[in-house]
Amino acid sequence: MSIELRTAPHLHVGRDVPTIMRHVVYALLPICAFSIWQYGLSAIALIVTVTLSCLAAERIANRLSGTVNTLSDWSATITGLLLALTLPPAFPLWMGAVAGFSAVWLGKSLFGGLGHNPFNPALVGRAFVQAAFPTAITTWAPAFAAQRFTEFIPSTLTLPFMVPNDISAWVAAATVDGFTGATPLARWKFEHFVYPVEDMITGAAGASSGETSALLLLLCGLYLIVRKFMDWRIPVAVIGSAMVMAWAFQLYDAEAFPPMHLALLSGGLMLGALFMATDMATSPVTPKAIWIYGALIGVLTIIIRYFGGLTEGVMYAILIGNAAAPLLDKYLQPKVFGAKPK
Amino acid sequence: MTTNTKQPTNMEQFLEGIWKQNPVFVMVLGMCPTLAVTVSAFNALGMGVATTFVLVFSCALISLLRKQIPKEVRIATYIVIIATFVTLVDYIIQAVSLALYDALGAFIQLIVVNCIILGRAEAHAAKNPPLSASLNALGMGIGFTIGLLALGSVREILGAGKLFDISLFGANFQPWVVMVLPPGGFFVLGGWLLFFAWLAKRKEARHGK
Amino acid sequence: MSTPDTTPEITSSGRMIRTLALVTTVCGALIVAAWQLSLPAIEANKKLVLERGVKSLIPNASDIVEYDADSSGIRRAHGDPAANAVRFYAAYDNKGQLQAIAAEGAARGYADVVRVLYGYRPSCECIFGIKVVQMRETPGIGDKVITDANFVANFNELDVRLSDDMKTLANAVRTVKHGSKRYGWDIDAIAGATITSKAVGRGINDSVQKLLPLLVPHLKELEQGAAQ
Repeated sequence: MSIELRTAPHLHVGRDVPTIMRHVVYALLPICAFSIWQYGLSAIALIVTVTLSCLAAERIANRLSGTVNTLSDWSATITGLLLALTLPPAFPLWMGAVAGFSAVWLGKSLFGGLGHNPFNPALVGRAFVQAAFPTAITTWAPAFAAQRFTEFIPSTLTLPFMVPNDISAWVAAATVDGFTGATPLARWKFEHFVYPVEDMITGAAGASSGETSALLLLLCGLYLIVRKFMDWRIPVAVIGSAMVMAWAFQLYDAEAFPPMHLALLSGGLMLGALFMATDMATSPVTPKAIWIYGALIGVLTIIIRYFGGLTEGVMYAILIGNAAAPLLDKYLQPKVFGAKPK
Repeated sequence: MTTNTKQPTNMEQFLEGIWKQNPVFVMVLGMCPTLAVTVSAFNALGMGVATTFVLVFSCALISLLRKQIPKEVRIATYIVIIATFVTLVDYIIQAVSLALYDALGAFIQLIVVNCIILGRAEAHAAKNPPLSASLNALGMGIGFTIGLLALGSVREILGAGKLFDISLFGANFQPWVVMVLPPGGFFVLGGWLLFFAWLAKRKEARHGK
Repeated sequence: MSTPDTTPEITSSGRMIRTLALVTTVCGALIVAAWQLSLPAIEANKKLVLERGVKSLIPNASDIVEYDADSSGIRRAHGDPAANAVRFYAAYDNKGQLQAIAAEGAARGYADVVRVLYGYRPSCECIFGIKVVQMRETPGIGDKVITDANFVANFNELDVRLSDDMKTLANAVRTVKHGSKRYGWDIDAIAGATITSKAVGRGINDSVQKLLPLLVPHLKELEQGAAQ
């Protein structure tokens, strides 16, 4: 959604925050459904728990700060859904609740609620649990496990504040061929293994709940773009710059750097570019700033992935992009028509 | 300092630093050690006691010499005195526990530049007799220690499932790694400041009614 | 308060100097006294920590002697080592037989310097164990260098032979990517904790490269050392 600075006449398009947010929820639902189809009961439980804890956190924050009830603007729901989709499917529910509360409280309420938050709340929540529980957040479960609709992944039901239950027996019983407990990015980083393209499009690779199918993510994002609920320039800038960076590194040394499709289709790049970088409260509004913001995120993602200690870089890239957004807006104001340059 | 005509009693001088002017939660002074060494309650206590020691003795000595110290060189004199007691503390900690010495690291020497101490010397010890100065310094030191302990215990409980190295939740506890990392210090400090601000606001609202 | 400054007078520099001299004298005396009093306790503490560390590597060590090695030879250590000297510890059993050598290596890890104590056995020209003395690495990730059995096994017999000219190692100790250890001088890094693994390897390599060329020519003296 672009907010262009114009003079009168102002025509009301009949859109307000809850309407836009509701459509984002619609766009996220197929992704959630796909995640549930892949990971079964554990994915349902995780999505429900995280979303409910976000809503609870929002309600408590409303009470404490004495402001109006903001549950109905759907923003806490989106935070919850997005956050759940960035977590690994085997993530213990209690950690999911911690993520939900820290997302809303640290990421939004403390700054004054929706619109005042400098960072995407879902990513703040994820960053918090990434720092708090580095092992649990990199423990992946296989998709399409045979018993996924009859039983939970054992670590899902871990008692609060306890170490996640061991899932190796469950993974062994799942009889999914070739599952190694690592994401395509991690397998490249540590083993130089190139995941087949079709696995990453259809969602058979180990990953967070909602980042497995690049194709589905693109379709859902496209819906929002077509309905003009989302600024197309941001995902285009993010994905485009990531593509150029990956291509350049590949050109420089094809042995040392992963192939381009791996950079584009794996990990959270699609999810981040389409649903997180485009968060209206935390992205810039002026046209030039939007392009630079998107490119910054794409470039940082690739740099963090290739040269950082972590295998995935989208989260920190977007958070850094969020931090830079106000500055970009400030210095890249469009010229007012008719105004003389100083 | 208050400019009341009424002289505060020794008890008030002592209590000032513990609650009303708590260096960590009210004045937000000495943040460097507060954030850096509070990964465990034991480290926090060690740091708090060390700072209290320096605070009490240097304030007492400065107060004794307050009429002799010319105002032009007073800061230099205060720093020499404070640095002396920091050096003493440095030796004492090494003699008592090398583990604590390693855990606190450079922050022992950095007590010299802790603004609580210079602040007390300048604002209180330089103008008050030794007994009152020492009591005030002791209160401030205790207040600082309480502040550090408040951070240290939360961080140790969440970050390691222990308090003073005693396991609280059994071996299966999942530590919140972030709490023993630097960001954890900021989160917990922020949480406590929020809590005290909320207390103060509530008290204000009650008095208003 | 009690002594308000009402008349801003200029203090004579003589008085300033006198006051500062008095204060510094008192402070100096205090520091010297504290140093004198605490020195024995500090030395005893350091010795205790060192012995505990060395004994965890070399359990049958009963006598641990500190040495400094530099280009002119080896000698018993007194105080802090000189700039060009390397400190090491010779461990003797209760019969006065040289058991092994221990020394410390340090390198920057992820959060701070990682200091490791390693044991060197002259008979196999290898490192046979390490103990992390100090580190502040991320709990749950970096501290795997202590808990990960596969990583610790790297140091059961880590090859640190000297080259023929006795000036460097025949093969530098290096930390390799997880799963690609091929030689006796390779350290298999922990997947996900590569930075800390590398710090351990680098710390050991730097220290061994400096120490062994100075130490090995004088091993005979050390073997007789305990008798002296």
